[in-house]
Amino acid sequence: MKIHEYQAKELFRKYDVPVPEGKVAFSKEEAQVIADGLGGYPVVVKAQIHAGGRGKGGGVKLAPSREDVGTLASQILGMTLVTHQTGPAGKEVKKILVEAGQKIARELYLSMLVDRQTAKIVIMASQEGGMDIEEVAAKTPEKIIKVYVDPLCGIQGYHIRDLAFGLDIPADAMKPFTGMVKQLYTLFAANDCSLVEINPLILTTDNKVLALDAKVDIDSNAMFRHKDLLAYRDLDEEDPQEVEASKYNLNYINLDGNVGNIVNGAGLAMATMDIIKNAGAKPANFMDVGGGATAEMVENALRIILMDKKVKAILINIFGGILRCDVFAEGVVQAAQKTGINIPVVVRMEGTNVEIGKKILAESGLNLISASDLKDAASKIAAAV
Amino acid sequence: MSIFVNKNTRVLVQGITGKEGQFHTRQCVEYGTNVVAGVTPGKGGQKMDNIPVFNSVKSAVKGTGANASLIFVPPAFCAEAIMEAADAGVDVIVAITEGIPVLDMLKVKNFLATKKCRLIGPNCPGIITPGECKIGIMPGKIHKAGGPVGVVSRSGTLTYEVVDQLTKQGLGQTTCIGIGGDPVNGTNFIDVLKAFQDDPDTKGIVMVGEIGGNAEEEAAEYIKNNLTKPVVGFIAGLTAPPGRRMGHAGAIISGSSGTGQAKIEAMKKNGIHVCENLGEIGEIAKKVF
Repeated sequence: MKIHEYQAKELFRKYDVPVPEGKVAFSKEEAQVIADGLGGYPVVVKAQIHAGGRGKGGGVKLAPSREDVGTLASQILGMTLVTHQTGPAGKEVKKILVEAGQKIARELYLSMLVDRQTAKIVIMASQEGGMDIEEVAAKTPEKIIKVYVDPLCGIQGYHIRDLAFGLDIPADAMKPFTGMVKQLYTLFAANDCSLVEINPLILTTDNKVLALDAKVDIDSNAMFRHKDLLAYRDLDEEDPQEVEASKYNLNYINLDGNVGNIVNGAGLAMATMDIIKNAGAKPANFMDVGGGATAEMVENALRIILMDKKVKAILINIFGGILRCDVFAEGVVQAAQKTGINIPVVVRMEGTNVEIGKKILAESGLNLISASDLKDAASKIAAAV
Repeated sequence: MSIFVNKNTRVLVQGITGKEGQFHTRQCVEYGTNVVAGVTPGKGGQKMDNIPVFNSVKSAVKGTGANASLIFVPPAFCAEAIMEAADAGVDVIVAITEGIPVLDMLKVKNFLATKKCRLIGPNCPGIITPGECKIGIMPGKIHKAGGPVGVVSRSGTLTYEVVDQLTKQGLGQTTCIGIGGDPVNGTNFIDVLKAFQDDPDTKGIVMVGEIGGNAEEEAAEYIKNNLTKPVVGFIAGLTAPPGRRMGHAGAIISGSSGTGQAKIEAMKKNGIHVCENLGEIGEIAKKVF
């Protein structure tokens, strides 16, 4: 689960990770009141959306005066911010973070994430703060410092010393830096984070260490033990069809093609999208109804895909193991009767009770195109759009 | 021959009295798997069908000599269940459960490094040696006993599709293993590839990967340097957008790493027969093997 910068900073404060003073605002007036309370100008106005690259896209500005805060807040609130992470459609800005300006001496980079390969928590740091870390890794990998923390033992002093000496932290800032990294690790472990990234982490001219930016992702699988963090979910940042699908435990992702598809199992669903592309069409979505889907889930899956106006045809690909083909076929018939499908639907079924399933579909009177195998399904779907 | 499990494997089921546990235990028994015990804390002394239920894995192992465990415990308690099985000395642990927090799996993985057992999964369909032993949720019927193909995959139904095509081509399987769709898992591609290489009955291997991480790239390099048997490879998710989790927790392209294209390139570079259209994997395997 992604959260906003202002929420991440709230979490940082809770764990004594130093951040600039500031608050979230939803209007120009609110922004000005907050700015006045920050102890002087300039202040910084930052668009709050779930995507990186906000600065380059024009969503982060320095405001030298109260008037400027008003002008910038009016500009940024309501704007559609396009960054390399939002896609070409961009995202509408509905809130801004207003923060005290800082006297920056140095900009650094620090992040923590799960390393799949070593099964450790890796802490990455670099003196190239403010830069895209992927770019730094590609061009100058020697500038990235990595330490690996065993999750059973937790962070040790030498991990932090490796980071501090690698970053050339001045002696006066050593103590606050050590405290910050320790606290950040505690936050990471206690909240089931999958990523904590500070870019930039700054050293001020008076040797303070501050998280100027904050990005936190929480492991969705761990939400059951973080009910408090559920409040941070922002439905405005999610696709409405995806929100609807999540209510029924359907794994759905909206894409930009024109062939809708329903598949059981994530791997087969991805492979089915690839088959659609190979056949010369484009997948409109990823939809995994799961290994143990019920007729009701299938019905909802079909309904959600039909909400998508760019869908011109649907490919249903089911390999019945736990989900029997007859149960699935009944779901399709029910859904078709309720929703009134008026676009071509190609159905390919295989596995448990496939003959009964095919019979149910054939006798339903529905206008479904039956495919004998994957190759056949691909050519039929290509012909349908 | 086969790898990891065979007709002598004695299986216990953790979470045997739950809905999933009961259903799949019956399916495994029907297939011929030797299920000797179940574990549900608080239900020790009862029976599920004719299978004795114990309060702990330790007592189940002591009472029945079980040497493999099949786990259907909910995500919040699954990490603990895996560690309990490892502590009780079970050799092969198969965790079906989907949705275990990744930090739990990090701890499990580091804990297991001190043990001798093998963990398969989590978030996987399990392992089957056709005709001998099925420890998992895959439909038994689609498999064909006797080899010569070994199958290893990160997916569930996608593996069934591949196995079905192999069987329809007349190609049987020695053992099929789903290593799971989570970012941190017990057994990886290389562990399985090594075992297939050492198994005299396995003549060829089908490896099914997907986007996310770099396990396929590492496996491809391992294949080039260590395997003499032919490998057919497939990667799912070439059309997946970056930054989105495609159902499996581990199936995500992060920045420029974990793309399907990079995995296919690595496979081709290292001499693997890459299948680019899932509909043809059976035919390609038939030609190669």
